[in-house]
Amino acid sequence: MHRFLLGFAALGIIAAGTAWALSAPRPLDEAQITDLQGDPQAGRTIFLAAGCSSCHRAPARDSDPLILSGGRSFASDFGTFHAPNISTHPDHGIGNWSQAEFINAVMRGISPQGAHYYPAFPYTSYIRAEPQDIADLYAYMMTLPSDATPSLPHDLDFPFTIRRTLGLWKTLFLRDDWAVTGPLTPQEERGRYLAEALAHCGECHTPRNLLGGLTRAEWHRGAPNPSGTGRIPAIAGPGFDWTEFDVSAYLSSGLTPEFDVVGGTMADVVGNLRQLDKADLDAIAAYILRAAREGD
Amino acid sequence: MSFKHLIGTLALGAAIAFPAMAENDPAVETRQGQFKLFIHNFGVMGAMAQGRIDYDAEMAQTAADNLFHVTRHDQSRLWPEGTDSMSIDGTRARPAIWDNLDDFAAKFGALQDATEALQGAAGDGLEAMQAAFGRTAGACQACHEVYREEAS
Ligand code: HEC
Ligand code: HEC
Ligand code: HEC
Repeated sequence: MHRFLLGFAALGIIAAGTAWALSAPRPLDEAQITDLQGDPQAGRTIFLAAGCSSCHRAPARDSDPLILSGGRSFASDFGTFHAPNISTHPDHGIGNWSQAEFINAVMRGISPQGAHYYPAFPYTSYIRAEPQDIADLYAYMMTLPSDATPSLPHDLDFPFTIRRTLGLWKTLFLRDDWAVTGPLTPQEERGRYLAEALAHCGECHTPRNLLGGLTRAEWHRGAPNPSGTGRIPAIAGPGFDWTEFDVSAYLSSGLTPEFDVVGGTMADVVGNLRQLDKADLDAIAAYILRAAREGD
Repeated sequence: MSFKHLIGTLALGAAIAFPAMAENDPAVETRQGQFKLFIHNFGVMGAMAQGRIDYDAEMAQTAADNLFHVTRHDQSRLWPEGTDSMSIDGTRARPAIWDNLDDFAAKFGALQDATEALQGAAGDGLEAMQAAFGRTAGACQACHEVYREEAS
C-alpha cells in the first residue's frame, strides 16, 4: 500500500517536473542574434507591416501612431489585457533594452527577466519573422519618441494570472511553421511572409479553440469577435469572392468592392499597410487568394 | 434645430410613445437604405479613382451631386434611442452613438463638408476628383471606426 502511494507521488512529481520543464522559456540561439546590425530605414517597413502601433499607441483614435505609450485594452476569454508602454523611455518603456532582449520578446514572447508574455502580444506570428528584420525593427523603434506614461496591469482571472502556465500553452500552440504550404509563386511567398509572420491576418480572421489556439483547419474562415459583439468576416472559403485587385485596393484604401468603407480594428491595419509599396500589398493579396482556396 | 437636438427630442418621444416598437424599428432599415444610396453614388467615383472604369466627368459630376444631396437628408427620425446594436438585432449602430451625439453629429457634418468639396471637384479631371474623393472616404471611415460595429 505504502509502496503504491509512494509510486503515485513519484509519478506526480515527475509529471509536475515535466510540466515545469516544458513550461521553461526557450529563447533564440544567442549566436543567431548577437551579431545582427539593424537598419532603421528597413525597420520602418517592418513596423508598419507588423502593426505594432495598432496596439501600442495611446487609446484615443487620433493618437500619434509613433508614440507607443500603451494603454489600449483587449478583451479576451481570459480577461482584459492592456498593451504596455514600448516607447524609448528608459523606465516606463523599452529604452534600456538590448537588441537580443527585444528580439526574444518579439519572436519568442520572453521578457528580459525570463518570464512568458501572453499571446495577446502576437509573437505567435512574429516567431516566423527573419531575425534580421526584427533587428531592423529594433533599430527603427530606438529612433521613436520617449513617453513617460506608466503601463497598466492586466485584468485577468486566475489561473491565467500565473505566467509560468503560459509555457505549457506555448508547447501546445506556439509553432513556427507556415499555415499555408505547398507550391507557392515567389509573389505568394512574399505575401505569406508579410501576412503570416508580420501582419498577422490569421490572428483575427481565424477562429480559436477553447484554449485560445488558432484552428488551422479553418484558416481565415472568420471568427467571433473577441470584444464580444459580432464576428470578424471570413476572407477565405466558399462565400469569399474577392479578387486580388479587390484585396490590394482594400488594403490601400479601406474600400470594399462595393465601396463600403472600413471600420473597427481593421481600420488600423489599413492605416499601416497603405504606407507600404503597392508590390507588397499585391503580394499579400496574392497570398490571401491562395489561402482562400485551401481546403476547397 | 440642431442635429443633436432633433435626435434627442425624437428619441425621447419614441421611447415614451412606442416602447414596444423597439424590436423592429423601421428607422433602422431606412437609415441602412440611406447608406446604400451613399455607396450607389460614392462607388461610381470610387471605381474611377481606382481605375476600375475610365474617368467620365459627367458621370462623376452626377454622382457627386447626388452624394451631396443624399448626405443632406434630414437625420432626425433615423436614429431613435434604443436602436443600437446592444438593444436590438439587425443594426451595426454602436450604443456609443447615443452617449456622444455631439461627436456623432460632428462627424456627419464633416462628411457634409467633404461631399460639398467633392461636388466642386468631381468634374475637374481625375486627379482633382481623386483628392476630394479620398477626403470623403476619410470622413466615412472616421465615423465607422468609432460608431459602427465591425462587419461580419
Ligand atoms: C494585438 C496587439 C499587439 C500587437 C499587434 C503588438 N503587441 Fe506588443 N504587446 C501586446 C500586449 C497585450 C503585451 C503585454 C503582454 C504581456 O504582458 O504578457 C505586449 C507586450 C510587448 C512587449 C513587452 C513590453 C514589456 O514592458 O515587457 C514588447 C517589447 C512589445 N509588445 C513589442 C511589440 C512590437 C515590437 C510589436 C510589433 C512587431 C508589437 N508589440 C505588436 C499587444 C500587442
Ligand atoms: C456619422 C457617422 C457615419 C458617417 C459619416 C458614415 N457612416 Fe456609414 N454607417 C454609419 C453607421 C452607424 C452605420 C450602421 C447603421 C445600422 O446598421 O443601423 C453605417 C452603415 C453603413 C453601410 C452599411 C449599410 C447597410 O447595408 O446596412 C454602408 C454601406 C455605409 N455606412 C457607407 C458609408 C459611406 C460610403 C459613407 C461616406 C460617404 C458613410 N457610410 C459615412 C455611420 C456613418
Ligand atoms: C486586429 C484584427 C485584424 C487583423 C490583424 C486583420 N483584420 Fe481584416 N478585418 C478585421 C475586422 C474587424 C474586419 C471588419 C472591418 C469592418 O467592420 O469594416 C476586417 C475586414 C477585412 C476584410 C473585408 C472583408 C469583408 O467581407 O468586408 C478583408 C479583405 C480583410 N479584413 C483582410 C485582412 C488582411 C489581408 C489582413 C492581414 C494583412 C487582415 N485583414 C488583418 C480584423 C482584422
